[in-house]
Amino acid sequence: MTEASTAKIYGLHVAVVAVLVALNFVLPEYHHAVLARVLVLAVFAMGYNLLFGYAGLLSLGHAMFFAAGLYGAGLPLYHLGWGVPAAFASGLAAGLVVSAVIGLLALRTTGVAFMIVTMMFAQVFYLVTLYFGEWTRGDEGLVLQQQARQVALGATTLDLTNPDTRYLLAAALFATALFATLAIVRSRHGRVLVAIRENEERTRMLGYDTFANKLAAVVASGVICAAAGAAYALLFGYVGSTFASVQYSILPLLWVLLGGAATTLGPLVGTLFMYYVVDITSGYTSAYMLVVGAVLILLVLFFRKGVLGTVRERWARWLP
Amino acid sequence: MAFGPHLLLATLEGLVTAAVLALTALGLSLVFGVMRIVNVAHGEFFMLGAVLAWAITTAVSGNPAVGFAAALVLAPLIVGAIAWVSERLVLSRIEYNPEATIVATIGLLYIIQQLALTFYGPEARPVAPPFSYRIQLPWFGYSGYKLSIITASALLLLATWFVLTRTRIGLVMRATQYDREIAQAFGIPVGRVYGAVFALGAMLAAVAAVLIVPISQAHYLMGLDPLLLSFIVVIIGGLGSLRGTVVAALLIGVSDGIVSVFFSPTLAKIIATLVVAMVLVFRPQGLFGTAAK
Amino acid sequence: MTPLLVTQGLSRHFGGLRAVDGVDFSIEPGEIRAVIGPNGAGKTTFVSLVCGRYEPSAGTIVFDSEDITKMPAHLRVRRGIAYTFQITSVFANLTAYDNVALPVQRTLTDGRSRGAVRHGVMEALERVGLASRAGVQAGALAYGHQRLLEVAMGLALRPRLLILDEPTQGLSDGEIDNFIGLVRDIASDATVLLIEHNMPVVMELAHRITVFNAGKILAEGTPAEIRANAAVQDAYLGTAQEAGA
Repeated sequence: MTEASTAKIYGLHVAVVAVLVALNFVLPEYHHAVLARVLVLAVFAMGYNLLFGYAGLLSLGHAMFFAAGLYGAGLPLYHLGWGVPAAFASGLAAGLVVSAVIGLLALRTTGVAFMIVTMMFAQVFYLVTLYFGEWTRGDEGLVLQQQARQVALGATTLDLTNPDTRYLLAAALFATALFATLAIVRSRHGRVLVAIRENEERTRMLGYDTFANKLAAVVASGVICAAAGAAYALLFGYVGSTFASVQYSILPLLWVLLGGAATTLGPLVGTLFMYYVVDITSGYTSAYMLVVGAVLILLVLFFRKGVLGTVRERWARWLP
Repeated sequence: MAFGPHLLLATLEGLVTAAVLALTALGLSLVFGVMRIVNVAHGEFFMLGAVLAWAITTAVSGNPAVGFAAALVLAPLIVGAIAWVSERLVLSRIEYNPEATIVATIGLLYIIQQLALTFYGPEARPVAPPFSYRIQLPWFGYSGYKLSIITASALLLLATWFVLTRTRIGLVMRATQYDREIAQAFGIPVGRVYGAVFALGAMLAAVAAVLIVPISQAHYLMGLDPLLLSFIVVIIGGLGSLRGTVVAALLIGVSDGIVSVFFSPTLAKIIATLVVAMVLVFRPQGLFGTAAK
Repeated sequence: MTPLLVTQGLSRHFGGLRAVDGVDFSIEPGEIRAVIGPNGAGKTTFVSLVCGRYEPSAGTIVFDSEDITKMPAHLRVRRGIAYTFQITSVFANLTAYDNVALPVQRTLTDGRSRGAVRHGVMEALERVGLASRAGVQAGALAYGHQRLLEVAMGLALRPRLLILDEPTQGLSDGEIDNFIGLVRDIASDATVLLIEHNMPVVMELAHRITVFNAGKILAEGTPAEIRANAAVQDAYLGTAQEAGA
């Protein structure tokens, strides 16, 4: 890894964040709101990418980590009147606990069994949110009131329902998660994860505790996804069971594959792209699911590496 | 109703569930076992069977039994054809890579679901059963049709077992399952065998749906539950084991029936899914599969 | 001198098959020990038990006076046992450099120092003669070079016991000659346990030879003793001499 490419890498990432921030002042209202949402969901995708792209573990249950953050933040705010920072921390804590427990159990399996086990645990989580409908209102969900979503900062108050505040906070979260992911994948731990993905047995026989490494990856992934979930609840004011359903386990997979698995910026590209594809086709026809399905199949047939993955392979080998 | 008869009723309901589940899960197990891939769209083949059954029975006027018989034959064939085409066009091109297959079948799921939504609509529609005959037991009356589902399923399972273990086609399928490369070396057209297996798996799901649709309804989202339940059955029963699939389906179907009657369905599902996940975590080979090293 | 590795009654069954059956084995520090025997004799299974890839059905393994029978594989590697795979198992998509960097970075407590990693990697690559190919993708290397890369990865672990599983398989004669020199060099600071079918290599390198057959040790001794052993000739050397001579 040369000095020049390190500079290029950081330069690129800083530039992306700078552009995103600048867009706050330029975008028309509709796209402004869409992008704020996309940025939070892109964080969800980045968390997924850490485990799927880099560690090579395909989970079909990541909705439960997102939902852990969502409910972990939303429920205390709604029922206990907690402030925004405390609720966010609570969402992160929920993500940490859930991912640690699930990791300890699910990592006893590999491959297809791992996919199915994670899917099942996520299904249990979803059903639990329905079962305790008294507190969660199940599919109908809870609307978090505007008054609750304010943060006092010295003299001023941050109103999370204000579009600018919301966008900039989403961008801040995105930037944090982006640089955290970048740091992880370029670190020694990141290289070990890639090695585990490529050849787990060999990595074990080089003296690495592959279970501990994989568990760390699951927890890191889970916490990042929970952060996205908590932010989603607090910024957009809605908490509902749909976010725990299997659909939200499949979406991050789709976004990551589309943007390019095992690339740091791929998740953003994928989430953005998919959002707009669905948005635009919904304008023409209500059959947008057909488009999603077709896109997936085309991707997998012709662009297995996704947008940035293909870019990296053809032109920019230094892309992390 | 006293507890005993209540339990009997729950058991009968469970057997009906198990009968349909066994067929659906067998389809998934065959595909899983021979091709080593996970077909996430399996539930959609089930749904298609139900929707096509509605379409065919509505189109055929006269005695509902005639329409139903037509549906029982035609719907699986149509679904099988769709599955065959998907396999040849998409799955063979991605060389059955496990992750790519999951993504491709998710795409297939979305496409099929959307097509059903567009052409069939979002409503749930009933299908008339071929006959309405109530069997009178000492404590309660029970639908004769439901009992016939159990019989039909048993016959179909036996037929599948027969084909797999006693015919040449079945032998070819099992050979391909054991060792794909050696099968190829022996001149077995592995690609076509895979296409056939994939189609057969879809057909089993479709026929199960046709059987159940008279007592439930056809809805474009009805594929998800059978998919999840089939996964559960296949894992508990052990990959590629026909006997395991049937036993597991019985276990799951009957216990689901019993638990649902006495507890809330949601709680029943929570417990069932959790138990299965734990089984998979601590005994990945299921009840009848062979353990890895 | 206390032996570096001792196994007692070590066994591994797969269902009815006794792949390794009550093996008592020991190796002294600084030795080059060759393990030979017909296919299916249990040689790879035996070393897999030693390095922890499989769990034993019975018996004990003691490494440097420590009972490692229940120790997980990655901890045994950290204790100083390194294994190179019989079927080449390098990271095909990583460069030769990155392949060796993985074991090196783990042995350095200060893994963040890129200079220390670089030094360790190049040292290992130079020892096996692959320094000029450090930037090549491992999957693109010639087969013989991939096997050497495996050895480099093993060396980078700074092992006390290096287990080489059929390392010369697929190598040309010239490469085999180089390899013999390499192993002699390695044996100056590590103990080498070598599974080999290539008899000239075995006779050339080994201090002592252990002969496996049907999961048990058939004979043990110096190369001269083994060559003269009638039972070994019957079971194995007879056919191997035609192949190896």
